[in-house]
Amino acid sequence: MTNLLILPILIPLLAGVILIFFKNSKMIQRVISVIASAAMTGISGYLIYAVYNNGIQTIALGDWQAPFGIVLVADLLSVSLVFLAGILGLVTLFFAYQTFSAEREANYFHTFYLFLMVGVNGSFMTGDLFNLFVFFEVMLISSFILISMGSQRYQLQESLKYVIINTVSSMFFIAAIAYIYGVTGTLNMADLSVKIAQLYEQENSGILTVIALTFLFVFGTKSAIFPLYFWLPHSYFAPPAAIAALFGGLLTKVGVYTVMRMYTLIFNNDPIVFQILLLFGGLTMFIGVLGAVAQFDFKRILSVHIVSQVGYMIMGIGIGTPLAIAGTFYFLAHNIIVKSGLFFFAGITEKITGTTHLKKMSGLLKTHPYVGWLFFITAISLAGLPPLSGFFGKFALVIAGFEAGHYFVIAVSLATGVLTLFSMMKIFMTSFWGEEKLPDPSAKERKVGKLILPVLPLVALTVILGVAAEPFFLFSLEMGEQLTDPSYYVESVLEE
Amino acid sequence: MKNTPIQLHVVTRIVAFIILIFSIFLFFAGHNNPGGGFIGGLMTASALVLLYLSFDLKTIKRVLPFDYAYVIGAGLLLATLTGVAGMFFGFPYLTQFFEYFQLPILGETELTTALPFDLGIYLVVVGFTLLVILTVAEDDS
Repeated sequence: MTNLLILPILIPLLAGVILIFFKNSKMIQRVISVIASAAMTGISGYLIYAVYNNGIQTIALGDWQAPFGIVLVADLLSVSLVFLAGILGLVTLFFAYQTFSAEREANYFHTFYLFLMVGVNGSFMTGDLFNLFVFFEVMLISSFILISMGSQRYQLQESLKYVIINTVSSMFFIAAIAYIYGVTGTLNMADLSVKIAQLYEQENSGILTVIALTFLFVFGTKSAIFPLYFWLPHSYFAPPAAIAALFGGLLTKVGVYTVMRMYTLIFNNDPIVFQILLLFGGLTMFIGVLGAVAQFDFKRILSVHIVSQVGYMIMGIGIGTPLAIAGTFYFLAHNIIVKSGLFFFAGITEKITGTTHLKKMSGLLKTHPYVGWLFFITAISLAGLPPLSGFFGKFALVIAGFEAGHYFVIAVSLATGVLTLFSMMKIFMTSFWGEEKLPDPSAKERKVGKLILPVLPLVALTVILGVAAEPFFLFSLEMGEQLTDPSYYVESVLEE
Repeated sequence: MKNTPIQLHVVTRIVAFIILIFSIFLFFAGHNNPGGGFIGGLMTASALVLLYLSFDLKTIKRVLPFDYAYVIGAGLLLATLTGVAGMFFGFPYLTQFFEYFQLPILGETELTTALPFDLGIYLVVVGFTLLVILTVAEDDS
């Protein structure tokens, strides 16, 4: 019953509301949103420490106890993700200050950025299914505004698709919630975990599989799993780099987080769902990476890659052993860091050359060596080369897959790794390597030092997560144990 | 507008006040009975929209010189801070308190912390509804 848990949601909410009154002062807006993001990150850092030492923390909002009231639950998974979201948010803010025009920043950008954080943190922390829906909506509505801000023709065209697809999936979300409430009579996740486990023991558990799959459809749409990913590459291509990075690093990951939560906590012994997760995980990663191989645009390659990487995580959840869940989290954390880092690099090269098309630029390594090599580090980390963070996530997933005997999907994931490396090297070879060829001669002198600065923490993190993998991986393993045994979660929520 | 619709103006002046009073009644009825901030806010907004419709944008803007974005902000702030207030006394966020008091004219009255929260919602709903309707209306002209 500690109020600390509400702060990562409350601070950005209050800051966002206060900023409505200062919409004309750029300085105040910047200062308040940076302070809010930093405070949020700091508190979630402390929460990781507290949860690691004292076990899962919960708070019953309004003092209405679970399972009747709404609870916020901080377990290792949720606080770590809130922490990562905070870091990414800070980096995004500093990057946005360098790249955004004054006009774009004036239009309530900060308010909606902070509301987006409210939605993201809320989705991670809530222990109530309906509340999850509410926070999802907070997040989505803010993202609708952020993605369409600027109102360019292409942007609006793609935002419309984004809005429609997300609204449709939200409708299914609420329908699925209604189903599950109809069957079990509760929406508290811990309570659901207990009740659904009892229902599975009865003979007629078909309805539960239907509900589980409806949820998979919903979260699959939001996290861009194989047949439902078509909206993502275009939507994430449209907005400016800072926003694309925030979305690419965070929003699909919220979808993945919910899949992780639902299928480890609630539907953890459904016979069919895990087969389907494995199947679609494999398909998602392979088809996603094929899309990336075919593209010749910096931002498009990255957008399609998001799909492919989500496939790995879904595969990890499908395998479902503690090691696989640990690997999935490691990969998720790595991906939040690296994927947004790459989007920032796409923004930097766009700033230098004025284009994101790979064939229109080359030889950037000679004119901007720092950009080139830092990109190189991030890119091979994404491809999963040791000793960087991408390697360890995949390594754990592969081992877990072999232990569980899922050889085919592991083979697919290894093939995907090779193709990922290929597509990343394609970016490096065509735009950084080779003869100097820039669209306009002034690009050579264009300085981007200030743009690199915000990205440095992300590059440093991927190196640290790789070189010093052991403590972080032990942490992930502990999380894997915590997630695969729902009784930890259930007891700490219901025994308050 | 050259032909001033006199009947409309006269009726609006009366009806708008009836709606406003009813909306305040609904607002205070809320919390334990049907009513509350949301429905009261919608009702108030509908009265104001009626004013905007029968008179024109400029006239009403002169009478009600609010920036509705600030109204939304004020409402959100009030609602959030009401939830925060309990935290200073060690209660979880959004805990609500109520007590019965003897007030001079009203007699025994229930005073709750849900009321400022509801007022926040009321302001958000009024501000939001009018902001949307006015943005669309101004876009047209």
